[in-house]
Amino acid sequence: MPEAATSSSHSGGSHRAGGAVVVGHVPGLRHHFEDMEQQHEAGSLGMWAFLVTEIMFFGAVFAAYAIYRELYLPGFEGGSRLLDIKLGATNTAVLIGSSLTMVLAVHSAQTGKRKLIVLFLILTMVLGAVFLGIKYVEWSTDWTKGLVPGLHWAPTEEIHGNPPLGSVEMFFCFYFVMTGLHAMHMIVGFGILTVMTIMAWRGRFSPEYNAPVEVSGLYWHFVDIIWIFLFPLLYLIGGRY
Amino acid sequence: MPGHVVPVRVYVMVFLALLFLTGLTTGVAFVDLGAMNTVAALAIAVVKMLLVALFFMELRYSPGLTRVVVVTAFFFLALLISLTLADNFTRPWTPTPSGWGDSAPTSQNR
Repeated sequence: MPEAATSSSHSGGSHRAGGAVVVGHVPGLRHHFEDMEQQHEAGSLGMWAFLVTEIMFFGAVFAAYAIYRELYLPGFEGGSRLLDIKLGATNTAVLIGSSLTMVLAVHSAQTGKRKLIVLFLILTMVLGAVFLGIKYVEWSTDWTKGLVPGLHWAPTEEIHGNPPLGSVEMFFCFYFVMTGLHAMHMIVGFGILTVMTIMAWRGRFSPEYNAPVEVSGLYWHFVDIIWIFLFPLLYLIGGRY
Repeated sequence: MPGHVVPVRVYVMVFLALLFLTGLTTGVAFVDLGAMNTVAALAIAVVKMLLVALFFMELRYSPGLTRVVVVTAFFFLALLISLTLADNFTRPWTPTPSGWGDSAPTSQNR
């Protein structure tokens, strides 16, 4: 609790009366925050701080990918052409759709429409499941084609440009690590959204208090952005023309 | 009310723009532009990222502190990638490590 005499730089002073902080007014306001606005900003900033560490985490993988692609370019281009570009593009559209339903869930929370929050959160998870389903189809096709380094590496298809097989294997190492890390993030997202759906169903959110939905949305969109970069890096820049 | 309520219309337009850019980047991949293929694919990805970050993640309406944090993250990401690549791309005298297993050693594209 800040002292009553403390004059905070924060502008939202609607909850103060005569210089004293009124306690226990808005449901959902934790006592260590001055008002809902400050609580909301702190929560959002906290999630962004986490996403910053995620940016550096994936950034290191992207940097490694750039170096190895430069070292073994023919292998990476040949490997990229073995991926199914149609499924990749479809999955990009599906994930963008899930981002739309996610913002609509946040919007419903902000406007206090309880049933719509639940509906849009479930739709978001359904689209996420469609994404992982398509990913599963791709991975199992890779398995039957013998394109899984270490576990089942026996490519039978002709690879464009006849690059050394070791460099194609390197491409698929990156492919599975990158798409695998991304899929793991999506599975974590399912957990978060399940909790949000239950909370929304129990009527925990209101136009005043909806930060958990919004912050979960930040995470979901971040995972979407990672895929927005994985799609061109893995599927598109292999010289398909 | 905390947070900024954005009209649904804006979200739908951003969504349509993202779908269009996905189609565009997929189409461009089948056109031979030489080195520009990579540039085009990454440029479109950056535009899509900006659309998601500014509108879906509401950076456009976020307080300055949040934006500073995000911009700082990208500054350090740029350092990470550019310094690593600068080191790697300016060493043409070191031989490319050869492959392993059944692949013959090769100098690749150096």
